[in-house]
Amino acid sequence: MGNLLEHMGIEKERLHFSWVSSAEATKFVEVAKKVTAAVRSIEPNDKLVKKLD
Amino acid sequence: MNKRTEKIRELASNLLKDGKVDMVIGFNQGTTPMATNPDIARSPEQAEKFIWDNNCSINLANYLADRKEKIGIIAKGCDTRNIVNHIVENKISRDQLHIIGVPCTGMIDKVKIASEFDDEIIEYNEDTGSDSDSGNNFSVKTASETKELLKKDYLKANCSTCMHRNPVIYDELAADLVEEPVIEDQFADVRAIEEMDSKDKWNYFDDLLKDCIRCYACRNACPLCFCPTCFVDESDPQWVGKGQNDIDIRTFHFLRAYHCAGRCTDCGACVEACPMDINVRAFTRKLVKDSFEIYGWEAGLDTEKRPPLDTFNPNDPDEFIK
Repeated sequence: MGNLLEHMGIEKERLHFSWVSSAEATKFVEVAKKVTAAVRSIEPNDKLVKKLD
Repeated sequence: MNKRTEKIRELASNLLKDGKVDMVIGFNQGTTPMATNPDIARSPEQAEKFIWDNNCSINLANYLADRKEKIGIIAKGCDTRNIVNHIVENKISRDQLHIIGVPCTGMIDKVKIASEFDDEIIEYNEDTGSDSDSGNNFSVKTASETKELLKKDYLKANCSTCMHRNPVIYDELAADLVEEPVIEDQFADVRAIEEMDSKDKWNYFDDLLKDCIRCYACRNACPLCFCPTCFVDESDPQWVGKGQNDIDIRTFHFLRAYHCAGRCTDCGACVEACPMDINVRAFTRKLVKDSFEIYGWEAGLDTEKRPPLDTFNPNDPDEFIK
């Protein structure tokens, strides 16, 4: 699915897959930090925002 | 009339005469030149209307899902692959089917042919050439001119990369098996898109879908799309807007394609059915390529194998999970 989204023009930085157990609080923090950093590194996405007119 | 048509009529009427099947699914001549209709024959007389030519590109496996009768079906390579899909997905059982396989040499692209002429096509004929049984050459007539054309120049895009022309599963054949072409670079079109950057990709699909009228002909013609209620028709919850908004159009095409991951046989029925001539395959082709490259999988070749997205293997690639 990630491949097809990327194929369609959604940047790969926007979609992340992780496995985090409920006991892995520190891993969750790390993943969240990585994801937000990756998304911040690219332009804001207004492509999938529906324009109502 | 070509030999394939004769043989198909003969085999289909015999099946019906002997009571081996309740109906036979095939093609009859449409009302305009180069048009064929999917047709169901329930008597030997009706089976005499069947034809076979270069315009039989819709996928007849589409009419099999959930049927209870004994069915005879005329099927070319891609149709048989979709029949295998149906059997694997329990939409029909093998015992219910009598498959009349038709080795295929490709179907022709009507849009490309129409673009060669200024006015409307009024006659199409395959019987003129020296080799009329293969359909390798045919003549097309408009009010002002007649042209002799070669099939190899006007093959449909999916037929020109097809490596499964012969039926993969059949009970009888309507013609001799044909040689399977070896195509070294079958995914050149997908790679052309992959090499673009995100913005160009987005614009490419924007341009591709600008004519889409959400008629759902692609979905209706697709043998894989057999859900009782499609996600776009659901209203509670409503997954996607039903109007002409470009984001909704894109969501529909993206999700429909993804539902076909590892199942699509690249039969081209979606493109054939599209009244706006959109290359809907631009989405599914990527999935065909990924299935092949990641799992070595080609859909619809074996009734005993489960599809890749339906099975787990410890060796499945998982680099995307971090």
